[in-house]
Amino acid sequence: MASLFEMYSLSASYGTNVVLQDVNFKVNESDFIGVIGPNGGGKTTLLKVILGLIKPSAGKIVFNSDLVDDNSIGYLPQIATGDINYPVDVTDVVLSGMMIRKKIITRMSSADRKKAREVIDELGLSGMERSSLNELSGGQLQRVFLGRAIIGNPKLLLLDEPGNFVDSTFESDFYEKLKELNKRMAILMVSHDIGIISAHVRSYACVNRSLHYHPTSEISNEQLLAYGCPIQLITHGTVPHTVLKQHS
Amino acid sequence: MEGSIFQYEFIIKGLLGAVFASITAGLAGTYIVSRRMVFLSGGITHASFGGIGIGYFAGINPVIGAAIFGILSALGVEYLSVRHKIREDSAIGILWAFGMATGIIFIYLTPGYSPNLMSYLFGSILTVTNADIVALGIMSLILIIYFGVFYRTILYISFDESFARTYSSYVDIFKYITTALIALTIVLNIRMAGVILVLSLLTIPPNIAMLFTQVYSRIILWSVLAGFTGTATGYVISYFAGIPVGATIIFTLVMVWILVKIIVLSLSRIKYRIKN
Repeated sequence: MASLFEMYSLSASYGTNVVLQDVNFKVNESDFIGVIGPNGGGKTTLLKVILGLIKPSAGKIVFNSDLVDDNSIGYLPQIATGDINYPVDVTDVVLSGMMIRKKIITRMSSADRKKAREVIDELGLSGMERSSLNELSGGQLQRVFLGRAIIGNPKLLLLDEPGNFVDSTFESDFYEKLKELNKRMAILMVSHDIGIISAHVRSYACVNRSLHYHPTSEISNEQLLAYGCPIQLITHGTVPHTVLKQHS
Repeated sequence: MEGSIFQYEFIIKGLLGAVFASITAGLAGTYIVSRRMVFLSGGITHASFGGIGIGYFAGINPVIGAAIFGILSALGVEYLSVRHKIREDSAIGILWAFGMATGIIFIYLTPGYSPNLMSYLFGSILTVTNADIVALGIMSLILIIYFGVFYRTILYISFDESFARTYSSYVDIFKYITTALIALTIVLNIRMAGVILVLSLLTIPPNIAMLFTQVYSRIILWSVLAGFTGTATGYVISYFAGIPVGATIIFTLVMVWILVKIIVLSLSRIKYRIKN
């Protein structure tokens, strides 16, 4: 299995504030990695380093340029930064993801439009091609932004807290969709919701200034403690419990 | 004979002025209204009045002074807001008043009476020169080509700047170019509508269009059409009634806005009744 990128003793900082320190991390094709960690622990910074928005202050990140570089990575930001009252429709927003491939867009080819229609269909948004964003529900809006992230056919998809604006009726559909996408792209998903991580990802990484990679999706309090990852493991069941191993 | 030739020229000038003003205002207006930078544009407009005053004082064409002031203040505000170093709205407010103050001081310092001052404040077709019309015509052409070629890039950057920034390193350069073009558009239209009213010439037409369409390209087309209707009607009324042209245009545009709003509301009511 070929790796998409690898980080070697990478550090990143804002001014004198070191957010990531000495991180060694590798993402392979078809990985589905959950990224957890406390607020301010460096999760979003990790994504920004991968996207090339923040340069490492030490160490390096090396992309397997045959497969991926920092310009062909799909990205679903934490919050919808676009103005939903802006006069664009669903097709326009999905097409704007082509900026991954073309940095200045002068024309949309018919192939681009065909691709947009396919993505819209795939995400179950058929019939809404011409809808304005302010007519959509939270879940539909998220699918539109997911469409924007995947139209460029990235090899790597970065999701920052996708649970934030999902409506519960669409939640399981959304993760089902991610599972399908995972067949053709690696996924790195930041989430504070450990329940989601353990239920959907194949492995996880805990980021709290340093990064610890754990090759299975099971998380225990003991491991988190050992990794210096101070987050509470609580799932929502009939009885609150703090261990996330699958119950038999 | 001479009178009729003068009249003919006057009508042609007015008509061309109306066409070019609606094209430039429609394109620039759609951009500023959808990007919610109406207040910034107000700041640019009033800052450019400082350039008009200095132009008078120095004996150069006040439009050139206004253009320099307008573009510099526009780029300055964009630059500072990119850096997040300032409260943008406060900076615009300061710039707004500073431009007006500078303009008034220099106009008072200029020896003799300035008969054209009123035309800069309220606009006047009588003082619009052929050079002004040509400049507006060239501006129309530049804007049509610019928005035509980079339509999608401009659309995507204004819709979601931070996402565009993730993939394109050209976001800032596009923002600066577009803002400079907006500033130039505003300054050139000051001769038509005046400092006080020019902003409405840019903002009312897209708001009329947005009452019935949410598609960016259609908003532009309908803005140009609405702008032309307002400007042409404004000219005719102002000519026969002898009132300032800028005020007449804006008054007409607001009337159109109200009319369209009433039509859209009643249509949706009728649709609702048919449905139920």
